[in-house]
Amino acid sequence: MDRVTGKPRLATVWLGGCSGCHMSFLDLDERLIDLAGRVEFCASPLTDYKDFPEADITLVEGAVANTDHLSHIRTVRERTRTLISFGDCAVTGNVTALRNLFKIEDVLDRAYRENSTVVIGIPCGNGVLPRLLARVRPVHEVVKVDHYLPGCPPSADTIHAFLMDLLDGRAPSTSELRFG
Amino acid sequence: MSVKTLEIDGRMLTGRTGETVFAVAWDHGIQIPRLCHVGGLSDVGACRLCLVEIEGRKRLQASCLTLIEEGMVVKTATPKLKSHRKLIVELLLAERNHVCSVCVMNGECELQDLAASHGVDHVRLRYQFPSLPVDTSHERFGIDHNRCILCTRCVRVCDEVEGAHTWDVCGRGTASHIISDLGEPWGESDTCTSCGKCVQVCPTGALFSKGKTVAEMRKDRGFLKYIVTAREKKQWIG
Amino acid sequence: MTFEELCGKQTEEVERQQALKNRIMCCTAAGCLSCGADGLRQAISAEIAAQGRQADVELCGSGCMGMCSRGPLVLSAACNRLYGNVAPADAAALVSADPAATETLADRAIDLDSPFFSKQTRIVLANSGHVDPEKLADYIAAGGYQSLGKALTAMSPRDVVEEVKKSGLRGRGGAGYPTGLKWELVMKQIPQVKYVVCNADEGDPGAFMDRSVLEGDPHRVLEGMAIAGFAVGAQQGFIYVRGEYGLAIQRLQTAIKQAEREHLLGARILDSGFQFRIDLRVGAGAFVCGEETALIASIEGKRGEPRQRPPYPPESGLWGAPTLINNVETFANIPPIVQNGGDWFASVGTASSKGTKVFALAGKIVNTGLIEVPMGTTLRTILFDIGGGIPEGKFKAAQTGGPSGGCIPEQFLDTPVDYESLVTIGSIMGSGGLIVMDDKSCMVDVARFFMEFCMDESCGKCIPCRAGTVQMHDILHRMTRGDATEDDIEMLETLSGLLRETSLCGLGQTAPNPVMSTLKYFRDEYEAHIRERRCPAGLCQMESQLEEAMA
Repeated sequence: MDRVTGKPRLATVWLGGCSGCHMSFLDLDERLIDLAGRVEFCASPLTDYKDFPEADITLVEGAVANTDHLSHIRTVRERTRTLISFGDCAVTGNVTALRNLFKIEDVLDRAYRENSTVVIGIPCGNGVLPRLLARVRPVHEVVKVDHYLPGCPPSADTIHAFLMDLLDGRAPSTSELRFG
Repeated sequence: MSVKTLEIDGRMLTGRTGETVFAVAWDHGIQIPRLCHVGGLSDVGACRLCLVEIEGRKRLQASCLTLIEEGMVVKTATPKLKSHRKLIVELLLAERNHVCSVCVMNGECELQDLAASHGVDHVRLRYQFPSLPVDTSHERFGIDHNRCILCTRCVRVCDEVEGAHTWDVCGRGTASHIISDLGEPWGESDTCTSCGKCVQVCPTGALFSKGKTVAEMRKDRGFLKYIVTAREKKQWIG
Repeated sequence: MTFEELCGKQTEEVERQQALKNRIMCCTAAGCLSCGADGLRQAISAEIAAQGRQADVELCGSGCMGMCSRGPLVLSAACNRLYGNVAPADAAALVSADPAATETLADRAIDLDSPFFSKQTRIVLANSGHVDPEKLADYIAAGGYQSLGKALTAMSPRDVVEEVKKSGLRGRGGAGYPTGLKWELVMKQIPQVKYVVCNADEGDPGAFMDRSVLEGDPHRVLEGMAIAGFAVGAQQGFIYVRGEYGLAIQRLQTAIKQAEREHLLGARILDSGFQFRIDLRVGAGAFVCGEETALIASIEGKRGEPRQRPPYPPESGLWGAPTLINNVETFANIPPIVQNGGDWFASVGTASSKGTKVFALAGKIVNTGLIEVPMGTTLRTILFDIGGGIPEGKFKAAQTGGPSGGCIPEQFLDTPVDYESLVTIGSIMGSGGLIVMDDKSCMVDVARFFMEFCMDESCGKCIPCRAGTVQMHDILHRMTRGDATEDDIEMLETLSGLLRETSLCGLGQTAPNPVMSTLKYFRDEYEAHIRERRCPAGLCQMESQLEEAMA
């Protein structure tokens, strides 16, 4: 609960995903205005925060693909009351996890050597770039997740219904949920 | 023809002698989930989704292989069965690489439907991410082993209806996989007649027509009944 | 050969053997062969020739003598002494007629009155160590084929079935279904064509009972099958033996040829109207083919996959015909039952488990080897009196029933070993593998080992077994790596329930047993792996993947 406004604090997080789930979230369109009245948006991929704030509800888009994701999601989990895996990448690994079928070196070679035209070579140095995990993991494999919102992406209607359930204190319905 | 009366989910139903519990249930609108069963082919009882509880029997029974008996009392959707089915769907999703968002059958896939209808909003098991091949050597079709659930519908339709027996299962355990002929690329198969029946009965996007991209593949679920009815009853009806 | 001629042949051979000065039995079972019995046998044979004693000293191979840990074993019949760790250099002393010469072997003599022998009762293994498995005459001298003769000349098929029913014999493959009832079911079937199948696809890790019986006394199994064929009305038998058992296959082939030549198998057996052929079918290394419906599919030339039962094989088995399937040890019990009567057999054992059971002792135990004890003998007697206890360290658990069984902790050492008692404490009788573990064994790793076995051996037909064993193994593997959570124990239990209740055949249904029993009795070890990332036995390496990535 936000101390100033008394509204639940909503955050969104972007790990290894295409941002499509966030786009779908923006497809709430005018419903976003209603939503803004009911929650306090406290963090998003566009927010410039040094430390992830305390949140009541956090939607996590994307899978856990590198060491940054891993440490970030652990912090987010600590500071979030209700954590939601938002979209197929967060729930299943999805497209992000397709690289699990190959060796990391092969993946990097493909991206930075074979298909690169300007700067050829795997970027490295000074810990600027996070190290890739041996395997891309769905969020619930590394931290406890409270609810799942699958879909690639989940439709705006699904997101809306889900959030309304949550804000109204109902158990979110899973009947309309599906992968893909 | 003699008739038998039995109780399924509290309803008194009748079926013909020799019919399975599965068939009688579906005839009366009780849709027991299934993946390996497809009307018109022999049953193997492999997917274990159609298991039911039968009073007086210690073990759960595959309804597709259990013949009806007079006075039988069957339950098809107890909490225990539902939780088993849910976990079986999760096992399948974790076993190979079922990435719905990039699949030709997205939206029409029987596995995807089952996940949705069984409340599978995430998979509690670890994804195995096996490295599996895609064989696109055939002129018109392809097989993506990443999406195969080993239901063996393709094996049976090819053997029992087309009579070619191009497909079979090779290897064992989780390394089991579908092969054409003796492991040759599909396109080099001597026995394949390119009839496409296997593609139509495949419940997922494992067997697909070439040229289809994400969510474009749609399968003809009625053709098999048409052929089998024509063959067995000499009636050309769907 | 008629029954009378058989009896004559027996007397003749017994007299011939008694006329000898000595018979030296050199164990040629797999255990002793693996530690040099072949070379030893050649050395003894050469020594007999060198000493010019071919006329009065006979050298024979023999089946397993039991104390495999002390092999190669040699039994000298003249002084009735059993020697262990015999080397080719000892051949002269063994063959020598001079009692002083054999004194050099005295320190390697094995006490035949020790508990290892005195606490055993040998019915199935009665001939093992005394009869040359490659000589039909030897088996006949020991009373072989007398039971078949008795059945053919003095009994009706129904009499035989009744006798087996009266004996209370239950299937020795592990499940313990009453053998007599199974025979009766097949006997009552109307079709003319029926089959008798011997399941010799022994595959449990650590189990070598059937192998030893087949290698040591193959004719006994053939005789048991022929009696079964007579009782149920079958004219064709198959022995489905795993391909890894090369020696057993070779000895069975020899035995079948010998028996056919003497009209103990084939057409007009013992000059009666009964005919019964036995053919071998060699498995190609799939554990699941020990499951009866998969075994049938394999004999039929199909992929070795189980199918739903019912119908059970007694109604519809091989090529749809009524089929009797029994395990090697079950058939090996038949000749003595027919010979001595069901009541005699029923006098051994407990109220519900009659007769004896052969166990293969393996693992952390002094006397690794093959033993046979009356049903109802306690685990303590088996492991500490007969088995000689744990070499070093402390007893932790005994594993029975292989990948379908469970781990039995110390508190149940005084449990009588019978079908029901073992089930009560979370294990099963199984086929007779008994693996002993001491305090250096990690029970999570033991569970992981057996799950890996089931995962590799699953045929892949049904989803719960094919994919479920993979997931259970994944969890157990992560536990031994220190990469598991409390939720994983719960999922392990959930998956166990799924596999047990929904798998198509026994392999999947029983695959969770090693996990369930270790979770029940050694939960603290699981919890230490998860909460403290520590392996109490000091075995697991605990190299978590995820933690590594964070470093």
